[in-house]
Amino acid sequence: MAVIVDNSTRLVVQGLTGSEGSFHTGRNVEYGTKLVAGVTPGKGGIEHLGVPIFDTVKEAVDRTGANTSMVFVPARFAADAILESYEAGVPTIVAITEHIPAMDMARVVAYLHRGELPATLIGPNCPGVISPGKANVGIIPGEVCTPGPVGLVSRSGTLVYQIVHELTQLGIGQSTCVGIGGDPIPGADFIDVLEKFRDDPETEIVVLVGEIGGDAEERAAAWAKDNLGKPVVGFFAGREAPPGKRMGHAGAIVSGSQGTWQAKADAFKAAGFPVAKNPTEVAQLVAELRGE
Amino acid sequence: MDLFEYQGKELLRKFEVPVPEGRVAQSPEEAADAARFLGGKVVVKAQVQVGGRGKQGGVALVDSPEEAQAAAEKIFAIDFHDQEGFKLKQKADAGSLNAQETEVWEQKQRQAQRASRVLVERASDFTSEYYCSFLLDRTKRRHLAILSAMGGMDIEAVNEEHPEAVVKVGIDPLLAFSDFHARALVFAAKLDTEARKETLQILPKLYRAFVELDASQIEINPLAFTAEGRVIAADAKVVLDDSAAFRHPFFDELKAAHEVPEQEKKAKSLGLNLIKLDGDVGIIGNGAGLVMSTLDVVKDAGGDAANFLDVGGGANAEVLSNALQIITENPAVKSVLINIFGGITRCDLVAEGIIDALGRLDVTVPIVVRLDGTNAEQGRKMLADAPHPMLRSADTMLGAADLAVRLAHGEQS
Repeated sequence: MAVIVDNSTRLVVQGLTGSEGSFHTGRNVEYGTKLVAGVTPGKGGIEHLGVPIFDTVKEAVDRTGANTSMVFVPARFAADAILESYEAGVPTIVAITEHIPAMDMARVVAYLHRGELPATLIGPNCPGVISPGKANVGIIPGEVCTPGPVGLVSRSGTLVYQIVHELTQLGIGQSTCVGIGGDPIPGADFIDVLEKFRDDPETEIVVLVGEIGGDAEERAAAWAKDNLGKPVVGFFAGREAPPGKRMGHAGAIVSGSQGTWQAKADAFKAAGFPVAKNPTEVAQLVAELRGE
Repeated sequence: MDLFEYQGKELLRKFEVPVPEGRVAQSPEEAADAARFLGGKVVVKAQVQVGGRGKQGGVALVDSPEEAQAAAEKIFAIDFHDQEGFKLKQKADAGSLNAQETEVWEQKQRQAQRASRVLVERASDFTSEYYCSFLLDRTKRRHLAILSAMGGMDIEAVNEEHPEAVVKVGIDPLLAFSDFHARALVFAAKLDTEARKETLQILPKLYRAFVELDASQIEINPLAFTAEGRVIAADAKVVLDDSAAFRHPFFDELKAAHEVPEQEKKAKSLGLNLIKLDGDVGIIGNGAGLVMSTLDVVKDAGGDAANFLDVGGGANAEVLSNALQIITENPAVKSVLINIFGGITRCDLVAEGIIDALGRLDVTVPIVVRLDGTNAEQGRKMLADAPHPMLRSADTMLGAADLAVRLAHGEQS
């Protein structure tokens, strides 16, 4: 199995003809991901990277059976692009674009959460999703990953690479690595991805990579304790980051003392999950849990 | 972007939120002129971004232009601290700092802010002080409105001691703010009966400002009920979402009033994301998470980072070279740690940038480089082939942090 992307992924890329979209999609195709279409309004009818380009996502879905879209369009158009994919019935949307206004994402996420159509939005501001050996949708370097039992979910992109690298050093592979992105209002949050890992027989252990700010890690720990049925190793970036650079004053009132590194570590320990001090220790803790 | 009070109030005025009449002054003389123009009792307020500015002497109620001038003169000379810094200052003044506190206090003194502007406003007597804010609720992924009759003080403390007095109402961004939301807030918060009608009118205006300005937060503390029976935004803390700057050309103008450390400014002009810190190990990395973790492992190795610098994804040789220049220009830096895990970023280009910087700059501090990921082997070989007395390489992130800290502390490797 694996989650979110796999051998059944049929990918349409919004912004395929742009330089970023072309470069990274090219790498995804080399990895073995099945690309079926691109969408660039006004360029419908041409061919790019060996697939047809359409003016709208709806047309791309109708003509090619695309079931996953990757959003590579500039920030000012990206919220609209996500909604276009959703309305076209695409069940998996991976938004790589950074700097989408939070006000736009609040509306997009609220709309998707009404749940009239079943859809998973990964991102925005994320490195994408890779199921090693099956499919890669996004910018995670495929060559660092190997298939195996660890499900990895992270708010940071480069920490995915670093931790996968550490796991590889110990000969431990991954079922799926999911970058949910560093924005305050993401599509899927940790719990949404943990639910998928719970239902995935290939995933035996979960690594959750968080960072300071918000309370997504705390909520994930509480949820996983009662619902996941699989061990979790936690790691959080930003223990030494200066306070006040990210978190607003009124933001703190909503979540009390949550948002600090300590609050996240405490929540994990209370749920019985080990917390690693650094990326190297993440791999060591995973190896210990596997009895190696 | 955190706005100054005067900037926030100017924006709120456009949304017909009642704010006191006022003028901004950049000198004591201008403050006197402003007081003369307004007439009568005025309040002179330091334009700084710290909590508890009143306690630190940043707000003065005066009766005449002469007094306004004197008050402004005093305010311009105050070193403002954040709340932790102010507590330490009080202890320092009383001579009761312990060794660890002394160290933190030295850091805080370097972070002190001076006001370059004061806001002179017509004063009014407050019958009551309320608290009101609109923000993004990250947990529930929607908008949130907060209202309390217990304003004018630290709302977090109120929330801890009297959570029932802090009323929170979630707003679906698709539905937007409706009158029933306003009523739910005003009645549950138990505002004075005479203040309710005006507050019911102000809340939708604040919400409209929140959404249309692309704010991540608007906080009015206090929202004042005056002796004349008016409800006014007596203070304003507005935080704007930098990502929305493309549709608000005035964001740049507002930003121009903010003082940013010279190093951060220069980094920004070169497209680098830098936050200046107080340690002596310069940090360069790619990706916010990896750089934050690098700061953490440097601390674990017994050192302190001099900065946070994220070169972002796909950094080329020029970006790396510029980054190294900016870091080594900071005289506090005793060693530099370059921690790169190449995904989109290619390690051969990183190496090229390092070699370029070492060739054109007079680098006198050791530089520890750790490369992994895309083209790492090639990058490592390039560095090995271009030996430089200050250049060291490390195989792992932890090893690199350890070496960089030891070198910063003057140990030979």
